[in-house]
Amino acid sequence: MSIDKATAARVAHLARIRVKDEDLETLAAELSGILGWVEQLGEVDVEGVEPMTSVTPMALRRREDAVTDGGIRDKVLANAPATREGFFAVPKVVE
Amino acid sequence: MEALDYREPQAKVLHGAQGDWEIVIGMEVHAQVLSKSKLFSGASTAFGAEPNTNVSLVDAAMPGMLPVINDFCVEQAVRAGLGLNARINLRSVFDRKNYFYPDLPQGYQISQFKHPIVGEGEVLVDMEPGVARKVRIERIHLEQDAGKSIHDMDPSLSFVDLNRTGVALMEIVSRPDIRGPEEAAEYVRKLRQILRYLGACDGNMQEGSLRADVNVSVCKPGDYERFRETGDFSVLGTRCEIKNMNSMRFIQQAIDYEARRQIAILEDGGSVDQETRLYDPNKGETRSMRSKEEAHDYRYFPDPDLLPLEIDEAYVARVRDSLPELPDAKKKRFVEAYGMTEYDASVLTAEHENAAFFEAVAEGRDGKTAANWVINELFGRLNKEGHSIDESPVSAQQLGGVIDLVSSDAISGKGGKDVLDLLWSEEKGADPAELVERKGMKQVSDTGAIEAAVDEVIAANPDKVAQAQEKPSLAGWFVGQVMKATGGKANPKAVNQIVREKLGV
Repeated sequence: MSIDKATAARVAHLARIRVKDEDLETLAAELSGILGWVEQLGEVDVEGVEPMTSVTPMALRRREDAVTDGGIRDKVLANAPATREGFFAVPKVVE
Repeated sequence: MEALDYREPQAKVLHGAQGDWEIVIGMEVHAQVLSKSKLFSGASTAFGAEPNTNVSLVDAAMPGMLPVINDFCVEQAVRAGLGLNARINLRSVFDRKNYFYPDLPQGYQISQFKHPIVGEGEVLVDMEPGVARKVRIERIHLEQDAGKSIHDMDPSLSFVDLNRTGVALMEIVSRPDIRGPEEAAEYVRKLRQILRYLGACDGNMQEGSLRADVNVSVCKPGDYERFRETGDFSVLGTRCEIKNMNSMRFIQQAIDYEARRQIAILEDGGSVDQETRLYDPNKGETRSMRSKEEAHDYRYFPDPDLLPLEIDEAYVARVRDSLPELPDAKKKRFVEAYGMTEYDASVLTAEHENAAFFEAVAEGRDGKTAANWVINELFGRLNKEGHSIDESPVSAQQLGGVIDLVSSDAISGKGGKDVLDLLWSEEKGADPAELVERKGMKQVSDTGAIEAAVDEVIAANPDKVAQAQEKPSLAGWFVGQVMKATGGKANPKAVNQIVREKLGV
């Protein structure tokens, strides 16, 4: 599978990464290279092998339904570029 | 399925300029799980808290935070699945659904894409007594809710509150089996009823605990039947998705508007674009939500922070054993055990608290009589005052006492209502029998006393006697006079009989 310039631009946009137009060609080639490399895994015969979801035999841990967290608004907002009256304040996004 | 017999309703037909059209509707209902804490964090789910106070560092998507699943939410999804007669998948997988929005700090929603926890089920949507639509459920999956953005507090900024971020949702996806606006509203009503019976979701639509995305398309009569035979979606029209509806009334209005919009386009020779739309209740129309379109490339992949969710048969069996009697079964039992109409049974089983109240009243009494008193007198008074059954000033035991007094002829039906009025207001908590005794409200059934009163009225009104003998319907006037003379305490049945005997009519 190879990535063309338009696909690279689309992926960058979906990931909200700004890429200069002149860099797209290189980026597309690099991404294609990575995909090509990963595609080599397809050569391995995995017929009848269960997909592995964990390197150790363990199940998803579940927790009890209890309120054990929260009430830390200052910490939650600490890194925000802007806040107002306990809210994150962001550039207007409206439908 | 344990339900009463029914037939399917007719699909809604819209008359276009060039012929008839039908509507095909599929729905995705998002139901907030009634848990104390969030799906993957220990922050509270309480509604209406100060902004960003019910937020953990997991919800805020700080680096290095790991999600741990809430077992109660898993159990509620299984309960919902069993309540909708659905297959429970013992192994399900959480995926990341990637998109950017300010109220989604992770940059992805944890959801279930390929392997949901609940598979195919069905729900019976009641339209009227004896008429219901069986709507197939495709799946139910667990996912995180997003936060809330407020756009009207500042001209250039949106304000973001993450309190709702990460609250557990069950997304219940139907097949396109709903055939009209009313059916769509009734479908949501039935889901809400079942979820409330199960205690899995509070169903509060105003607070957004239950919201629906509605997929609407139109087709020509006969097309839908062909779709059901072949499973081929291409015989149906192109659909539009109306997002985030939280009112039964708006759901109906939006579907009606959207179907007519699509018909107008098609009859004009155009084609419907598959898109996401929003309903504007002020204008009564739907409009395109173009900004969401390009975001539809969600690039799902299994969440590497979460192992597959595995439950066993014993877990499912435990949940199954804890299920309450569900609405269809309860309604059927009410009709069969109490001999009431399906309509009355529907009213009494709408909320399980109402049904429990009725059963407490009906215990050891005539079921039909109890149903009449509960529906007409109790619900009538509660509705007038906007109260729910939990706020009823009169207990089931008191209402039962009133019914007993009427049944034993100690008071008349009218007297029973008067007693209920007293128990409702100045005599709250009183024992009905004691109250009737104390207030001297017992009706006079002693024929001697009634006969004396009748004789007196007859003797005083010879002209009326002559008239009544000409025209027997005037006997009612005498009954009224006797009731007045006895202060309303005479047994009206006895008075009526004696008046007619004495007048010879």
